[in-house]
Amino acid sequence: MLAGRQSWLFRNRPVILATGVTGGPFEAAGALPNDFDVLHDDIWLGQTSFEKAEKKLLEEACEKAIHKAGLKKDDIHFFFSGDLMNQIISSSFTARTLGIPYFGLFGACSSSMESLSLAAFVVNAGGARFALAATSSHNGAVNKQYRYPTEYGAQLPPTAQWTVTGAGAALLAAEGPGPRVTMATIGRIVDMGISDPFNMGAAMAPAAVDTIESHFRDFQLDASYYDLIATGDLGKVGHAIAGDLLQKHGLAIPGEKFTDCGLLIYKDDQPVMAGASGCACSAVVTYGHLLNRLRRGELRRILVVATGALLSPLSYQQKESIPCIAHAVAIEREDG
Amino acid sequence: MSDKKKKKLSPVQQEYQQFAKDREPKRPILKNCLRAFIAGGIICTIGQFFHWFYMTFFNFTEVTAANPTVASLIILSMLLTGFGVYDHIAQWAGGGTIVPVTGFANTITSAAIEHRSEGYVLGVGGNMFKIAGPVIVFGVFAAFIVAIARLAVEALGGML
Repeated sequence: MLAGRQSWLFRNRPVILATGVTGGPFEAAGALPNDFDVLHDDIWLGQTSFEKAEKKLLEEACEKAIHKAGLKKDDIHFFFSGDLMNQIISSSFTARTLGIPYFGLFGACSSSMESLSLAAFVVNAGGARFALAATSSHNGAVNKQYRYPTEYGAQLPPTAQWTVTGAGAALLAAEGPGPRVTMATIGRIVDMGISDPFNMGAAMAPAAVDTIESHFRDFQLDASYYDLIATGDLGKVGHAIAGDLLQKHGLAIPGEKFTDCGLLIYKDDQPVMAGASGCACSAVVTYGHLLNRLRRGELRRILVVATGALLSPLSYQQKESIPCIAHAVAIEREDG
Repeated sequence: MSDKKKKKLSPVQQEYQQFAKDREPKRPILKNCLRAFIAGGIICTIGQFFHWFYMTFFNFTEVTAANPTVASLIILSMLLTGFGVYDHIAQWAGGGTIVPVTGFANTITSAAIEHRSEGYVLGVGGNMFKIAGPVIVFGVFAAFIVAIARLAVEALGGML
């Protein structure tokens, strides 16, 4: 059901039946190890390449979600997934393993909420009884594709962010127990002309603000409706900018209600510069940590705004600025 | 931001970039310079030790000892890169670990390790000089220009 300019209201309130969250050793040493289903102590996961390791993380997350819901692969009607690799190989190869009819998406780090909103739309409209939304990223694989080799000694600026190694999957169902997906706002591209790939937080913050503003406008809500509004991977720099921008636009969100997944996943003493990033950042924090808090009753309604920087190494070298996007999904307790 | 770059941005973008810039942590240039000085100095001292070592215990002269010295530093840097230590040192040291020959060895080794999964020919061979390549290209080119300039000056009777 279209709401306002760019939002969907899910009247049938699709349920997140189960989630699967996997991570690597750096995440195991982070601030939220108890919110993962599977943690690996080897960044290679016993595979011969980082790309294969990422695929394994995604496969495990999907299989875990299906298993926890007490279902089989054949029960799932559609699989929505995206990642950061060229030609989204992690998602497609996982879809090959799962054998579920598949939509491959690319929204960079906004893939988590892009896939969740589309899966929720399909389930809400009766297009599927069960749909799986997933995404993944791998620190080594992303560095190799977008930046420098893992072992190359380049000094990172304080605005740089650390790509999360992990994967998150959410299994949506038309009915059942669990948190409900109630609303989604699809973002538009916002490009403020920032071209420094080591400053993604500042590049993406205006996109997050634009989507939050649109969400409030489309549903005539304000921040008081939610217990927590979490952006995807803005990090320290982007989070501070987004907070100030919202205030400037007259939509100030109280500090204790406004957070960023990129600030939650790691401990302060881990060398992640401005915070975490990557597709898996918002996925593992939302599907693990935030949904657990929702289940425990600490939170009743949350809005997750996954942010994505849609650049490529080529566009950066050709001096293009970074187009950014953000998608927001509202998740509420079943009694909320 | 240069004026040329500024012209391409709309007023809204310019305003935002200033807004963002006010909220970004700056690179600690002075601290980085100091660390680069210390780290670079330590590497040079190690190099000097090797130089002395080859001259004292082997039959090298001050000139010929340079070759095994450089080779030793390269091997050391390759080992540190392979064991995953060099990038951590480099985050602290910055330019101090990039400028000496150890930095050059690191660029080649790290790229070779990174692309091993694509095979020896297209992976390791094709990508080994991905970062070091430009240094070699422009290094050789700059040397060529300087050599021509020197020859020209000499031909005109200078520097004699």
